[in-house]
Amino acid sequence: MSELLTFHFDVDGDDFTSAGQASVQIKKNLRQLGISPDIIRRVSIAMYEGEINMVIHADGGDADVSVTEEYIEITLKDQGPGIANVEQAMQEGFSTASDSIRSMGFGAGMGLPNMKRYTDYMNIETTVGKGTTITMRVNLPSL
Amino acid sequence: MNNYEHSVYLDVKKCIGCTTCLRHCPTQAIRIKDGHAVINDMRCIDCGECIRVCPKKAKKAKCNRLSEMSEYKWKIALPAPTLYGQFENLEDVDYVLNGLLKIGFDDVFEVSAAAELVTAYTRAFLKTANIQRPIISSACPVVLRLISLRFPSLTDNILPMLPPMEVAAQIAREKALKEHPELKSEDIGICFISPCPGKVSYVKNGFGSYKSQVDKVISISDIYFELINAMDHDDDIKAVSHSGMIGIGWASSGGEATPLFNEAYLAADGIDNVNRVLDQIENDNIPPLEFIELNACTGGCVGGVMTMQNPFIAKAKLKTLRRFLPVSQNILTKEQQEHIPESYFFEDLPTYYPISRLSESMSESMRMLGEIQKFKATLPGIDCGACGAPTCQAFAEDVIKGNAKEFECIIKYQSALREFLKSKDDNSDSL
Repeated sequence: MSELLTFHFDVDGDDFTSAGQASVQIKKNLRQLGISPDIIRRVSIAMYEGEINMVIHADGGDADVSVTEEYIEITLKDQGPGIANVEQAMQEGFSTASDSIRSMGFGAGMGLPNMKRYTDYMNIETTVGKGTTITMRVNLPSL
Repeated sequence: MNNYEHSVYLDVKKCIGCTTCLRHCPTQAIRIKDGHAVINDMRCIDCGECIRVCPKKAKKAKCNRLSEMSEYKWKIALPAPTLYGQFENLEDVDYVLNGLLKIGFDDVFEVSAAAELVTAYTRAFLKTANIQRPIISSACPVVLRLISLRFPSLTDNILPMLPPMEVAAQIAREKALKEHPELKSEDIGICFISPCPGKVSYVKNGFGSYKSQVDKVISISDIYFELINAMDHDDDIKAVSHSGMIGIGWASSGGEATPLFNEAYLAADGIDNVNRVLDQIENDNIPPLEFIELNACTGGCVGGVMTMQNPFIAKAKLKTLRRFLPVSQNILTKEQQEHIPESYFFEDLPTYYPISRLSESMSESMRMLGEIQKFKATLPGIDCGACGAPTCQAFAEDVIKGNAKEFECIIKYQSALREFLKSKDDNSDSL
């Protein structure tokens, strides 16, 4: 069993302009581990979309990334409004983002679908009024 | 990758180890060791930011001298369009070109003329090519090296066409061989008049397996005074210029992208902006774009560190100069558009070497990264640079990699000293 390496990021919900910082940081860390560019790209896109979602919908939250030699796991946890209909939210183009968010180019309804597309495993736990926890995994090729 | 020949170097005698360059290096390639800067060859992208900021002028670029051209029988100058923006009251590019002929060149070929060809071919290429979008310009050598070192997943997006300097060199050489059948290829010396050290490194190292066709590179600032003295405005000058608005426009940011007549473009300049744009492309966080023009220097090539003029003033001067020029003087026929010469393409891209990887083994890298996290938490986090590393994070990495020692952090050292003195005092009190 390999040792676990973990990274924690506070995703700040107050400052929209800082959204996306955690995914830039995790990219740097994964490069230091010598992980292949393609996997880094997938992790960083999934992480980025999740981060943006937390800022737009949930006033921020916590992002935790753990790395083993077998996989990279991203856990995004917020105390936001929750997702009322997960199936609907997973459809491409479905979004509940406000007009002002859309005018900035976000809220295209591609966040969750992209997160699923770029990862090997994704699980959503959500309770309306309490919050959402999303767990995603990207497998690393065995050496 | 290991024997990459850089153009940016340090004059150790002048360096006082002040940490200014440390903070400005976009790839964190610099450390201060034993009182002076040290550049890490693996990380340096020859952008010249350190040359720009060094208060002691200790950072320099290795360029060729005009006298080195004497080894060739037939000397050809390739002026970058940026050169035209460096002079007061210049009404006609031909004054500059005639000046170059006067100071010893046998012929000139404008890079701006080749740029117009590259524009026309790129326009055709965008219509047909089945390559990953957005296409990223290949003109700025610093951006090319940055992508190959830090954004390997974007190498497939690079426009596989040679930059104007190389196309100019190819055409100039062919022209010389045709017009002067007595010359052999090695008799011909092609010299680029450059605004930046990035081009010097490109000429030395090529790109992937492509070898540059340029023989020497002289900086605009080195040739400036000799050239300006040779530019006599009363002379009867020969009309040699063969480029228009489009070609000369390449000198500033947006000049490459706008004449593609495709609105779906982005043009970013300045190394920090370039880095951020590349990060966003990698995150798929950009609108659907066809073409991305990136220039490492602020304002584009006019912002090169080996120029004489402020980039914005140079840009304004170029605007005046372009005013009465035809849009382009290098137009392709329909057939030409359909057959882009093979020699104008890169054959391959440089292989990716993960420079920031901590160790060859993943488990060892993980262990080290864990150590770095732990050690970094004990550092002050003020990124003062006094230890010789640009940030506390970089210092933590250096320590765990064994390249620096814990107490090179003066704040850590001071608090340890204080503890020690306190414990001594406590002991003496109890005595």
